[in-house]
Amino acid sequence: MYRYDQYDQEIVDARVEEFRDQARRRLAGEMTEDQFKPLRLMNGLYLQLHAYMLRVAVPYGTMSGKQMRMLGHIARKYDKGYGHFTTRQNIQYNWIKLEDAADILADLATVEMHAIQTSGNCIRNISSDQYAGAAADEVADPRPWAELLRQWSTFHPEFTYLPRKFKIAVIASEEDRAAMRLHDIGIELVKRDGKVGAKFFVGGGMGRTPMIAPEIRDFVPEEELISYAEACLRVYNRYGRRDNKYKARIKILVHELGADEYRRQVEEEFAHMKTLGIDPPVAELDRIRAYFADPAYETGLPEAVDRSDPDFALWLDQNVVAHKQPGYAIVNISLKPTGGIPGDASAEQIELIADLTERYSMDEVRVTHAQNIVLPYVKKADLYTLWQQLDEAGLGASNLDLITDMIACPGLDYCSLANARSIPVAQKIAQRFADPQRQRDLGELKLKISGCINACGHHHAGHIGILGVDRKGVENYQLLLGGSGAEDASIGTITGPGFGEDGIVDAIEKVTDLYVSERQEGERFLDTYRRLGMKPFKEAIYG
Amino acid sequence: MILLTGNDLASGDVIWWTGSGWSRHVGEAVDAGSEADAILARESAARNVNAGYSVEAEATASGPLPLHIKERIRASGPTVRTDLAINADIPIVKA
Ligand code: SF4
Repeated sequence: MYRYDQYDQEIVDARVEEFRDQARRRLAGEMTEDQFKPLRLMNGLYLQLHAYMLRVAVPYGTMSGKQMRMLGHIARKYDKGYGHFTTRQNIQYNWIKLEDAADILADLATVEMHAIQTSGNCIRNISSDQYAGAAADEVADPRPWAELLRQWSTFHPEFTYLPRKFKIAVIASEEDRAAMRLHDIGIELVKRDGKVGAKFFVGGGMGRTPMIAPEIRDFVPEEELISYAEACLRVYNRYGRRDNKYKARIKILVHELGADEYRRQVEEEFAHMKTLGIDPPVAELDRIRAYFADPAYETGLPEAVDRSDPDFALWLDQNVVAHKQPGYAIVNISLKPTGGIPGDASAEQIELIADLTERYSMDEVRVTHAQNIVLPYVKKADLYTLWQQLDEAGLGASNLDLITDMIACPGLDYCSLANARSIPVAQKIAQRFADPQRQRDLGELKLKISGCINACGHHHAGHIGILGVDRKGVENYQLLLGGSGAEDASIGTITGPGFGEDGIVDAIEKVTDLYVSERQEGERFLDTYRRLGMKPFKEAIYG
Repeated sequence: MILLTGNDLASGDVIWWTGSGWSRHVGEAVDAGSEADAILARESAARNVNAGYSVEAEATASGPLPLHIKERIRASGPTVRTDLAINADIPIVKA
């Protein structure tokens, strides 16, 4: 894992003290809210529906046990005993007091964490594959690249006031576990002639105008990564629509220019950037990469796992995936128990995960964009003991990638931008499909819910998506089918008129019933939908 | 009727104008009528309320209630964590 050097620590510590003074001045009346708001947002502090909300950055979703434990400490000491893991691999706290905010940032800084780049029109916290470094299918660990981009983007003076926020994801395998092409810049590491480089996709995103990022360059050599990223940003910073908030994301620019013209402009800028010598020396890359070297794996470990406990066997089949190292496994901890709140974890659960991280996962833990947690380095021999402890703490749900493993944004229960509640709908769907056998029979089915068009719940990318809208002051839910955030990325299509809270659950059941009756051997829900098209599903829903 | 609401500056709590101060309980709120803008300006300047605004409301048997669901949820607390609610008995969806 990356560790702060003296420079990293100094800038984070200085930022805490700067914010402490800003908060003091606001509380003392030396600043108006209009003056203070952009300053608090630069430190992840929002004013939400019920209170201040603090969003803490988890760079590329990776933490140590100690950092995870700090998140539990903050939940207990400063919040109401829980936190919410988000689709940006971050965590947010819903009940923060302004008078405590600087102390929280100071606590975070003691474990090399902060809330910078979690708000505002800057380059946001970089996201990545939650299986990075552990997956057998990656060409390289994407995190050194993500870390380099983090260092480049943090407090980048030219990109602190972009036309809109800017999100970057880095992956390193053909299987896309990070919704890479739905980011402003998606980077896929690829190998060419034995060298690793970056394939750039630019102009993806969700929100009001969902777009899948087109490929802009098939290979950027490692030593030119920063120049090329800078060129992509410069063209956007110069021509992005600052006059219209709804057209200000880079996806609109790329779409309006066309990918070819955008590419041409980037290449022109790139040629110029290369003359400036802004790329870090290879020694710096090597320094970063050394932090992400493989952990000290043991060899000769047993592969066999005792499956005699049927509940454990279910979890094993659903939540545990293959590791690149013999004798090890990647464990997914579902934060989607039936009837629970997707992505929420109590202080006790967070602290338990911190303990388990240290004890069983070589002191590393990950947050996923699907609002789950991953222990990336678990010995197969430890799986049963680990599962028992998770299960006892309400963290043993065996539903990874099944219909109840929903993404749901906070919606109108917490979010001041929301049109409708997301969480109660997620809970009703989870109840309706609670039977584990039924969920398994439906197979991989990614259901995603957003409480408004901003699409934090990735509804466009759900095999089944739900969008909450406000219909004359009444919550209403639109249903979308056929989206995907994976390597087969696609944007879902709205089925037709929306539904009330119960109606949407019934509509989903009609859709899954049709899938069950029409599916062919080996087809997932998404495959059947793509083969049949919308028509029969529409008939089943509205017919 | 018009209620005034916003957040307590230090704690962030949702608060409602009571005619003489601010309360966490919407049941204690009063109609600000044509005084709304003047009260908000004065109270914001005094930092008694942060990000204040006015909402439309109706008088009910249990006291004033905002018309819009968003404001009702603000007044009650998250509907999915009633253990944390401030005013759990508020009907969220209008009858
Ligand atoms: S999608 Fe809308 S309601 Fe949901 S968290 Fe984002 S802004 Fe809030």
